[in-house]
Amino acid sequence: MGESAALENELVREVAAKKYEYGFTTDVETDVIEKGLSEDVVRLISAKKEEPDWLLDFRLKAFRRWQGMSWPSWGHLQLPEIDYQAISYYADPTAKARGKGKAEGEIDPELMKTFDKLGIPLEERMALSGTAVDAVMDSVSVKTTFRERLREKGVIFCSISEAVKNHPDLVRKYLGSVVPIGDNYFAALNSAVFSDGSFVYIPQGVRCPMELSTYFRINARGTGQFERTLIVCDSGGYVSYLEGCTAPMRDENQLHAAVVEIAVMENAEVKYSTVQNWYPGDSEGKGGVLNLVTKRGHLIGAGSRLSWTQVETGSAITWKYPSCILSGDNSQAEFYSVAVTNHFQQADTGTKMIHIGKNTTSTIISKGISAGRSQNSYRGLVKVLPGAEGARNYSSCDSLLLGSHCGAHTFPYLDVQNDTAVVEHEATTSKISEDQLFYCNQRGIGTEDAVGLIVNGYARDVLNKLPMEFAVEAQKLLGVSLEGTVG
Amino acid sequence: MSAEQQYISLYEECRELIAQHSAGVMNDLRDEAFGDFCRLGLPTRKVERYKYTDLAEVFAPNYGLNLQRLDIPVNPYKSFTCNVPNLSTALYFVVNDQFRQQDLPACAMPDGVVVTSLAKAAAEMPELVAAHYGKLAPTRKDALNALNTMLAQDGLFVYIPRNTIVPRPIQVVNILRADVDLMVNRRVLVVLEEGAQAKLLFCDHAADNRQFLCTQVCEVFVGENAGLELYELEETHVGSRRVANMYVDAAANASVTLDSITLHNGLSRNRTDVSLLGEGAEVRMYGCVVVDKQQRVDNNTLIDHRAAHCQSTELYKYVLDDSAVGAFAGRVLVREGAQKTVSNEVNANLCATRTARMYSQPMLEIYADDVKCSHGSTVGQLNEQALFYMRQRGISEQEARMLLKYAFVGEVLESIKLEPLRDRLRYLTEKRLRGELSACEGCKICR
Repeated sequence: MGESAALENELVREVAAKKYEYGFTTDVETDVIEKGLSEDVVRLISAKKEEPDWLLDFRLKAFRRWQGMSWPSWGHLQLPEIDYQAISYYADPTAKARGKGKAEGEIDPELMKTFDKLGIPLEERMALSGTAVDAVMDSVSVKTTFRERLREKGVIFCSISEAVKNHPDLVRKYLGSVVPIGDNYFAALNSAVFSDGSFVYIPQGVRCPMELSTYFRINARGTGQFERTLIVCDSGGYVSYLEGCTAPMRDENQLHAAVVEIAVMENAEVKYSTVQNWYPGDSEGKGGVLNLVTKRGHLIGAGSRLSWTQVETGSAITWKYPSCILSGDNSQAEFYSVAVTNHFQQADTGTKMIHIGKNTTSTIISKGISAGRSQNSYRGLVKVLPGAEGARNYSSCDSLLLGSHCGAHTFPYLDVQNDTAVVEHEATTSKISEDQLFYCNQRGIGTEDAVGLIVNGYARDVLNKLPMEFAVEAQKLLGVSLEGTVG
Repeated sequence: MSAEQQYISLYEECRELIAQHSAGVMNDLRDEAFGDFCRLGLPTRKVERYKYTDLAEVFAPNYGLNLQRLDIPVNPYKSFTCNVPNLSTALYFVVNDQFRQQDLPACAMPDGVVVTSLAKAAAEMPELVAAHYGKLAPTRKDALNALNTMLAQDGLFVYIPRNTIVPRPIQVVNILRADVDLMVNRRVLVVLEEGAQAKLLFCDHAADNRQFLCTQVCEVFVGENAGLELYELEETHVGSRRVANMYVDAAANASVTLDSITLHNGLSRNRTDVSLLGEGAEVRMYGCVVVDKQQRVDNNTLIDHRAAHCQSTELYKYVLDDSAVGAFAGRVLVREGAQKTVSNEVNANLCATRTARMYSQPMLEIYADDVKCSHGSTVGQLNEQALFYMRQRGISEQEARMLLKYAFVGEVLESIKLEPLRDRLRYLTEKRLRGELSACEGCKICR
């Protein structure tokens, strides 16, 4: 074995030992309700959160719909059987602090430490960048920063439970308006048992002065996370919203079934970025988070804009299609995605663009990277309804294969019902070109680094769309996820 | 009564009658196919591969069947003059599903080449037919295969022995002819042994203005180093429904070209599954669809790369007018170990009116890393600038549109290697785009 190969192997071993950085657990007393799912559990969650009757009705209706639904099996995934009675649907890590009579807003130092360790400072003075954070652990929002500064502008940024109490009219108007309770199996489940998530309201003509961000963390064992996020951007408003997530390393599959709804009014713009880094399971495919999420934006007003950017590196299974309904005339939607799968990870992700309004445009750029024994699928729908005069779509889906045991798949669906629409789709699948690798090697760049370089260049189109801080993190993540795949 | 039930009852009542007018090899599979059909039922639109065509609707009407094998009086040579000028073919006729033994062409075929009725072949060469019949079209998973296998009594058998080259294209004209609404279950078996070469041209026509439902299962074996060009032309009428499944197995270094051209029909659902089994096999698939009114065309293809160093190309173009509905789903599957695969798939579509609807679904499913695969799909209109350019030069708008559409599908027609056929199809397509029926002059039956 050559010296360089030995060095390479050394590198690979080091990285393999490094693995998932965020896999620690926090030792904090958590109020976890009994495992199992029934109408009583739904009522209990609602009671714990002191919710009004209309919301309890909403939950119960959703629960009954869910009971009548059957498990979807159309994805290109091998989903493990989920025992819904073996999951606890509510875990509150802040209960102990409250029990000890600590003042409102005071946080358990243990939780503080956790978020510090994750690089999410909850002390406003510590925060370097102008990003307001809503930190959610298990089923409860721990803290939302920079509220005062946002309030000055009229921006509402808080956890959804608070919004239900303080802004019931807004929540009631929009909750379930974009993703109806019976939309799909997991959306119905989420609507029944959802816990915390963020609520954002941008008033008319306001440009949100800072990036808003939510950090989701699963901590407690045997629980699932069912967050619900609702973003309403009124006429002429603008907001950039970031979402990040991690979970401890466990050898059980933890369920994460979230719903994100976004309503965008006339001439408003919303940017939604996700860096998803749930625990992907170990290299044998054991454990990991099941990320089964419904995300959808409704471009209600004319001239509205919505852009989804996602970097998916974590989760044992990712099954989600951040979608856009383009109702407003001249509205624009974008979807940028990098999905990386390694080891035994599986991803079936993509988007849906439904063109209803006139002169609507949508762009889809999807980059899939598969390594190890993983399966990575792009699935997308572009639908142009008869009234969508002059609709325009461009989709490009590329897949990169690293290793001969992984799979990369592309399943686009085009459904065009208007003669003035122009819809284009193109996709390619290939491995890293030998020429490019050789070129790098020739210039003294080792194979491992060269692969990193090429992959980063390949994903650049999407990474460029992320806000600065996230882009750096995503780039690093990409490197970590793929290390050890060469050699 | 559900759509399936009438076929189940039919088979239960006429089991003996069907078998009596067929051959042993075909009868052997019937009962099993019947069991599979009862178990599967007709696929609903929830089944991924049948998403775009509602088969229950297609199979619901009560069609007559010619189970007694009554001879239908027709003289194809007299009424049928749709020959391709300047193309000298060996011309065979299949009326409904009956091979016309009495109208064999005068030309001589190379030794050992067989083009005949499937039932006759099954009776005379049972071993050869049994080795291939029903081997590619499994009845276990597909209800259409099951239905066809349980009801089909006859069809076409083509056999080209080892290292035989058939210089003359074999043209098979399928004529639908009946005085009542009729269901036809046709079965086609094509076997090319090692190193054989042949060109096949299948033309579908309807001679009567009746409702027809034609199911066809076609199994094609292409041996090592063999070469097959298969052209399928559909020119029936709006009352005709065609549900066809084609399965092609290509061995190492085989070269297969499949061309499917739909100019006039009611509803067509063509499923084509190609398996590239040996290294160096190559398949080129082309499709051209020009439809209007309420016509529907659903092409569903699968190219299964099972071996390394194989190549596949797919090009399908649709022009949709009025309320026509087009669907294309093309799946390319590259299995683990099928390294150095090169695959390219293109589907381009023109929607000429607001009521026309196009579904397009190109798919890549890849389990090997050293491959180059791509697909592209577009739906759009004619280029305004090109239109403007032509009008500026004194070409009327209607003519300019026709020319552009013609150029659009021209890419597919160019792929046809038989020059006289290519010229003929160019002519037919142009007529079709001008809104005329593509029937040839003087032809009495293509209406």
